[in-house]
Amino acid sequence: MTFSPELEAKFAKLLETYPPGRTRSAVIPMLLFAQDEVGHISNELIEEVAKRCKVTPLQVDEVVGYYSMLHRKPMGKYHVQVCTNISCLLTGGEELYHHAEKTLGIGNKEVTADGQFSLEEVECIGACSWAPAVQINYEFHHQVTAERLDQLVGELRKRQ
Amino acid sequence: MLYNEPSPLEVKIVTKRFGLPNSASLDTYLANDGFKAFFKAIEMTPEQIIDEVKVSALRGRGGAGFPAGLKWSFVPRTSPKPKYVIVNADESEPGTCKDRLLMENDPQQLIEGILIAGRAIDAHKGYIYIRGEYRYLIDVMDRAIAEAYSRGYLGKNIQGTGFDFDIYTHTGAGAYECGEETALLDSIEGKRGIPRMKPPFPAVSGAWQSPTLLNNVETLSAVPPIIRDGGAAFAALGTPKNGGTRMVCLSGHINKPGVYELPVGFNLLRMIYEVGGGMRNGKKLKAVVPGGSSCPLLTADECDIAMDFDSLAKAKSMLGSGGTVILDENTCMVKFALRIMKFYAHESCGWCIPCREGTTWLKKMLQRMHDGGGQKSDIPLIGELSKNMLGRTFCALGDAAAMPTISIVEKFPEDFEAHLNGHPCPYEHSHEAVLV
Ligand SMILES: Cc1cc2nc3c(=O)[nH]c(=O)nc-3n(C[C@H](O)[C@H](O)[C@H](O)COP(=O)(O)O)c2cc1C
Ligand code: SF4
Ligand code: FES
Repeated sequence: MTFSPELEAKFAKLLETYPPGRTRSAVIPMLLFAQDEVGHISNELIEEVAKRCKVTPLQVDEVVGYYSMLHRKPMGKYHVQVCTNISCLLTGGEELYHHAEKTLGIGNKEVTADGQFSLEEVECIGACSWAPAVQINYEFHHQVTAERLDQLVGELRKRQ
Repeated sequence: MLYNEPSPLEVKIVTKRFGLPNSASLDTYLANDGFKAFFKAIEMTPEQIIDEVKVSALRGRGGAGFPAGLKWSFVPRTSPKPKYVIVNADESEPGTCKDRLLMENDPQQLIEGILIAGRAIDAHKGYIYIRGEYRYLIDVMDRAIAEAYSRGYLGKNIQGTGFDFDIYTHTGAGAYECGEETALLDSIEGKRGIPRMKPPFPAVSGAWQSPTLLNNVETLSAVPPIIRDGGAAFAALGTPKNGGTRMVCLSGHINKPGVYELPVGFNLLRMIYEVGGGMRNGKKLKAVVPGGSSCPLLTADECDIAMDFDSLAKAKSMLGSGGTVILDENTCMVKFALRIMKFYAHESCGWCIPCREGTTWLKKMLQRMHDGGGQKSDIPLIGELSKNMLGRTFCALGDAAAMPTISIVEKFPEDFEAHLNGHPCPYEHSHEAVLV
């Protein structure tokens, strides 16, 4: 597979990060960084990461199944993650999640027909004191109201 | 960036540079006492450094509250294998959002803390394990690390002292269990995050079978002030055996939720009413999660308490990770217990049966109870099932699921009774979210 020069540089750095002979340690970062660029974890990507980290494809595949941020299927270009864990629950996180379902017209872990948006109800994302919290891709949004969510989605719709 | 106004009641030790212009830069750090502790530590023997940390009564800020100096002393003095310092920046305990601020606003302080820990245990490499969701912090830390290298504060022969040290960042990819220290080690080795049998403890055989010191971000961030100003000064801020300050993450039904640095042992009611600005909408206090979702809850009557490890242990709860969640009178405790159990069932790694099956059963029972399909006998059964998990699981995640649940059924039975006989939730304002 071919990747951008930036990603190749990240991979090269990763392979030097761990003690000699411990390239398996690079598997998870490599998968996540690659997913950020190519969108999801394909069979081809699993083979590629296995080759680069000198492990078997099965050793990569079992990791993919374990970590919730690694996706075997493409998510939307904008992955909307709404936290409903305790601090967010107390401040309207569930209502916000249901509102997001309506706004986007999709359910948990679904993708809109145009591939632009996906939605996920997530566990605590470390923004509890500024709840309810939402992450769109990696970007944090704090104290999000239904109106603010619609506004964010509206801006992204225009940007596509 | 700071996401909430500071409080005048704060005692700023680890957050002292927060809010300064360019607080994350090396120049700001150096102009405000940065690396003074490192130079002091270079003049000290490893034993002296460890003793100073012991005197400080610093206890682990990741949740368990283990005395830091004691943990450092467990790392064997000599080892044929290289030793490592690993920073636990997995911060995933629901209610907790402080390590994020320490890395974002003062990454150099964490770097200096790692260096001093490295000097104390004779390690020359450190890794910062950052949860995948905190992607921006990988960039922040990488930038800070690069700046430290470029100015000779990392790498070979740091500032001419003869001490070598390298620091790397490592990302997780979404798994609460990887915050458990031995699961974290498997994760950093490129595997699923399944905990390991202890002993051997990580101090003896950790990452890549080498002696490894594992500490939370806040624990290591407290080390530079301790070495700089002396362990005794840090200890004096807190209560006996509970040194220093703590970053308290106030959230839930209060007027001024936010992260505040307060002396360990600060009274919980004062946290709520003075620091946190009191209950939202003038509602009555119902319960508090003292330190993250793993801790037994306190009822309103139990909240006149010093927030230190020992006082909370005496109250049969825990200080935990600093995530203090405030619940008002309109909170449905069945729903709250259900949401906590959904989390643990989702995050159970599945390795041992009491946790894997127990959390799933409890989730189903609590869901049925909340939907109005529960029976009176379910109420004690939820408690019994949870008690059967306690101490019988391979790692502490099982206990973490059981402890809050037991406290909720025992302290709020009336909320469970109100859901019996097909009654709809008396507090309900929304239908269930769908997380499976
Ligand atoms: C299920 C589970 C999750 C944990 N998550 C974290 C975490 O996210 N961050 C953390 O620092 N410690 C976490 N811990 C505690 C660590 O196992 C460990 O005690 C801690 O990182 C040690 O550092 P300290 O002594 O400085 O607190 C977790 C423990 C368990 C059992
Ligand atoms: S207690 Fe839960 S998380 Fe820990 S090993 Fe057992 S199944 Fe895994
Ligand atoms: S509970 Fe939602 S961000 Fe922590």
